[in-house]
Amino acid sequence: MEAGTHSTSQELVRGPAASQPARRTVGGTRRFWDVVAAVLTGFATAVLIVFIALPLFAIFGKTSPAVFWEQLRSPVALDALRVSLATSVVALVCIVTLGTPVSYLLGTKRFPGRPIIITLFELPLVLPPAVAGIALFAAFGRFGILGSQLGTLGIQLPFTWVAVVMAQAFVAMPFFVRQATAGFASVDPHLLGVSRTLGAGSARTFFRVAAPLAGPSLSAGAALAWARALGEFGATTLFAGSLQGTTQTLPLAIYGEFSAANMEAALAMGALMVALSGAILAAVKMLRRTTYWK
Amino acid sequence: MTDSKPRELTVQVRHQLGRIRLDAHLHVAGGVLALIGPSGSGKTSVLRAISGLLKPDWGYVATDKKVLLDTEQSINLPAEERRVGMLFQDAALFPHMTVAGNIEYGLYPRPRSRSERGDQVTAVLDRFRIGELASAKPRHISGGERQRVALARAVATSPELLLLDEPLSALDSVTKAHVSAELSQWLLELNLPTILVSHDFADVVGLADHVAIIEEGSIVQSGTKDQVLRSPASAFAAAFAGINFFPGEAVPRGGLTEIRGPGKMMLLSTDTLVGPVGAVVHPWDVSLSEQRLESSAMNCLRGPVIQVANIGNSTRVTIGSVPPIVAEITGESVDRLELAPNRVLYASWKAAGTRLVPRALDGARRDLDFV
Repeated sequence: MEAGTHSTSQELVRGPAASQPARRTVGGTRRFWDVVAAVLTGFATAVLIVFIALPLFAIFGKTSPAVFWEQLRSPVALDALRVSLATSVVALVCIVTLGTPVSYLLGTKRFPGRPIIITLFELPLVLPPAVAGIALFAAFGRFGILGSQLGTLGIQLPFTWVAVVMAQAFVAMPFFVRQATAGFASVDPHLLGVSRTLGAGSARTFFRVAAPLAGPSLSAGAALAWARALGEFGATTLFAGSLQGTTQTLPLAIYGEFSAANMEAALAMGALMVALSGAILAAVKMLRRTTYWK
Repeated sequence: MTDSKPRELTVQVRHQLGRIRLDAHLHVAGGVLALIGPSGSGKTSVLRAISGLLKPDWGYVATDKKVLLDTEQSINLPAEERRVGMLFQDAALFPHMTVAGNIEYGLYPRPRSRSERGDQVTAVLDRFRIGELASAKPRHISGGERQRVALARAVATSPELLLLDEPLSALDSVTKAHVSAELSQWLLELNLPTILVSHDFADVVGLADHVAIIEEGSIVQSGTKDQVLRSPASAFAAAFAGINFFPGEAVPRGGLTEIRGPGKMMLLSTDTLVGPVGAVVHPWDVSLSEQRLESSAMNCLRGPVIQVANIGNSTRVTIGSVPPIVAEITGESVDRLELAPNRVLYASWKAAGTRLVPRALDGARRDLDFV
């Protein structure tokens, strides 16, 4: 049928004989590559799953729950958990408080310099954390740009819990600002205009319309930023050190125990962090899927 | 309260809108003004300037009671203090609030106590007969209901002006008829200076007393509905009115006037204008036939049927002649002609049916660009 429609009668005579083997080869080749692609894709997926999942399971699988529990109740682990939670929550509060108005501005207004500000805020995403730490040190350390001014005020930042918060906020802020900016940008500008014509000033418009509508994005961004702050290691090490009970967060404690060849304690705290991170990620997924007014 | 209601609205706006320059002057002396123009003509920007969502380069917006904007006097009331009720094409209800929540949002004057607010919301819901929707979220109600809620929400703010931006465009034709009838009732009852914006004359013809046509940022014509219908000043105005509008040059011939236009167009009229004119032919004056009607004082164009549209109890047929012409015929003619696409018919009308209106010269040049 197909050959007949676009062949002359002369081709029709020898057409089928001449073209069918060729077509079979083309079809066969294509099928061969389809199979190769499918096999490679399956293989790659399996490799990646094993590569990611195996170490995570290893953390849990190496020792018994009883040992885990005991290790988690050691002073080092308890101090690290306390420092981690306290500092990351303070960092999160700072990020959300400062980041929300900035994101509203970036998401709803167009102004000169906006792309530069956005790029600046994204820089910590790609900056090595160690560089962030040394940069914070250069700015706020005793011999840093602001070091002497802070010194005369009697403020010493490095190696305090404030330094931990600053390191966490520095690296985690972009996670929140990016999500929140996208969230505010997705709010229908009509609705903000309507709110004004209904007699609401900009503050009421923000709290009653913009913030609730961007809510899922704000929460998801906050959760991601919190996870990043909890996991902060490089910047904290350089700028805040690793003092148990003051600046030693869970990742730093894991590194400390690991260096001291205390594998069980390191694994137990690692397992705790996997659980925490997993819970946060699940929360993010759920928040992203909810548009709760539907 | 009733005494403090403004009756009039004056709007003067000049603003650079990208490529086009908005330079509009409108006056609403009570009742409803329809501001009609093609998309991109600047009509929505006029509304935004009135409501305070757009600050024009230069502007003056005032009712007979107060000045909302006067750039020369540095008066610029913020949108939330202008007491302008605005209705958008998509209703723009807050999706995260219930219908009752949407209405409560803008209550004015704002009651102090919660129960008082609840009572007022209930009163508004009852007044607009949407009580059963009170706890529904906007996405669960129909398009017509959404517009009704949007209007109720705007009215709950005790507005002093109403601005309606394409309030019917997003609705299907059945809903449109319902909402339109309802809207005209409300506009009558509210009795506020109102501007209704649309790109479609048919949508607003029943709602407005006065019409202003905006094209490329300028008001090209304004007047009563009948004035604009009877003598549309531009091809756009004629087209929306469903009226045939043929730009051309008029010369006397015998006792009649001959109008020559693009594509060897030659029409006859009993009107006696000379020079650049617009020839207006009402669709209901045009009859359709299979045979050519021979008469010296008769206009006749020949072409295939392009489009057939039912409007109430008559039918509008577009004939692809040169120039194309729209005829409005009755049901029995429809049956007799066996209307079908591409069926070739003659469109005829008397010379007396060709009405001539003068055209401004710059407009004439623009209209004749395609000669």
